[in-house]
Amino acid sequence: MTAAYTADEMMTVAAARQLHNGTVCFVGIGLPSTAANLARFTRAPDVVLIYESGTLGAKPDRLPLSIGDGILAETADVVVSVPEVFNYWLQPGRIDVGFLSAAQIDRYANINTTVIGTDYRNPKVRLPGAGGAPEIAASCREVVVVLRQTPRTFVDRVDFITSVGFGRGPGDRRRLGLSGSGPRVVITDFGILSPDPETCELTLVSVHPGSTAEDARAATGWPLGVSTDLATTDPPTDEELDVLRRLEATKGA
Amino acid sequence: MAEIVSLPEGIAAAVHDGDTLVMEGFTHLIPFAAGHEIIRQGRRDLTLVRMTPDLVYDQLIGMGCASKLIFSWGGNPGVGSLHRFRDAVENAWPLPLELEEHSHAGMANRYLAGASGLPFAVLRGYVGTDLPAQTDTIRPITCPFTGEVLTAVPALSPDVTIIHAQRADRKGNVQMWGILGVQKEAVLAAKRSLITVEEIVDSLDHKPQEVVLPSFATTYVAVAPGGSHPSYAQGYSLRDNGFYTEWDAISKDRDTFLRWMDENVMRRAPAA
Repeated sequence: MTAAYTADEMMTVAAARQLHNGTVCFVGIGLPSTAANLARFTRAPDVVLIYESGTLGAKPDRLPLSIGDGILAETADVVVSVPEVFNYWLQPGRIDVGFLSAAQIDRYANINTTVIGTDYRNPKVRLPGAGGAPEIAASCREVVVVLRQTPRTFVDRVDFITSVGFGRGPGDRRRLGLSGSGPRVVITDFGILSPDPETCELTLVSVHPGSTAEDARAATGWPLGVSTDLATTDPPTDEELDVLRRLEATKGA
Repeated sequence: MAEIVSLPEGIAAAVHDGDTLVMEGFTHLIPFAAGHEIIRQGRRDLTLVRMTPDLVYDQLIGMGCASKLIFSWGGNPGVGSLHRFRDAVENAWPLPLELEEHSHAGMANRYLAGASGLPFAVLRGYVGTDLPAQTDTIRPITCPFTGEVLTAVPALSPDVTIIHAQRADRKGNVQMWGILGVQKEAVLAAKRSLITVEEIVDSLDHKPQEVVLPSFATTYVAVAPGGSHPSYAQGYSLRDNGFYTEWDAISKDRDTFLRWMDENVMRRAPAA
């Protein structure tokens, strides 16, 4: 018997399960950082967390509010400069997993964190921008994306490609010369999506307990494909929930 | 050799209307006190440059000091939007703000080129994104050895770079440690520099992973204790996460923002 949990908790737990012992992970702030640290305190104590502030091997005992919180520097194996993080560590392909979030994602897993609206000079909403994401999405061996699923966040085509998923479809990453293999999974509050091996379109491969494929389709701005062997995500274990809640309580402390 | 000055003297000497100004700091060591003094001295038409413009740039933009922003991520880390930045971009309030938008990798390499005395830097970046179509300073370049097409970005060579560091000695040698972002490169890329420090000491004892900027490489040093608040200075202060959260409400509304700036910046004399 598992305790009651929220859809956000299920999402974070499912995202944490994507990381393994020894995985070298470039961590974005927010949902990815929460999930990455949950993994470190449960199934993957030896996951290596790299934040773009230059902290390699950070082992925070509480959740940082920002990617440059002091707890990251104090617990890191080494602190390097920002040019070094991008040039020596990310660019040559030394990082296994890029762990990102997004404001919008499209059917080919392209990510928008720049503007909402199609006129860049006169946007409806000005978002924070690229940060490290374009090169993380290009150069990590693979990418895991975590974000809440709504028709406004899951769109047919993003208003602005900040970071490339699969471009306009099969072969685009190779054509562009991107060294990493791109998004492997997208974890949402409804389920887990993966690119179809043939078309590169994001396809629902697992639903979280209590959600259905219909729920996920209704929260998607394109006709979402559903895997023929759709799985149901294992619910959070008591340990996962307990650790997650203890971590959340420390955020920014 | 760096000249040790008061903060108001340093800003008056180093920062002029129309300058291209860098104030770097990656969560840690953000030079808030210097930014507030620039606002008090009423600088205008600045081109602000920073990888991660956060609250201090939100304040400079909202107070009408800036006409252009060169950046790669403009948000309130872990909290959400920079409302003054958004108001300037979305509604041209209080002034229109021209944007030159990059990624972190691109900005870091632009500083590196500036510090190295090179006209541009080369990286694998931006390919397939919509950024090159909007940003003229992102261009393809062909490797003369392999023929591979890479990306070039021009060096950043600002008129002035301002950073905050832990301390300096009496000769003006500056010592800093912890997360140091791109500050060393930003200082070395600039024509002039001003470094605010927590304290001036007789001699600098070594710290793990320290960076020392020799006195001959900088222009001005000014003492500003607590000068990175609400950011932090490792070994001296903790990040005031509560203030970053409060800023969301303060900055959302124009009048609330202006009132806060009047009470907390305009009417305050600088420390020291």
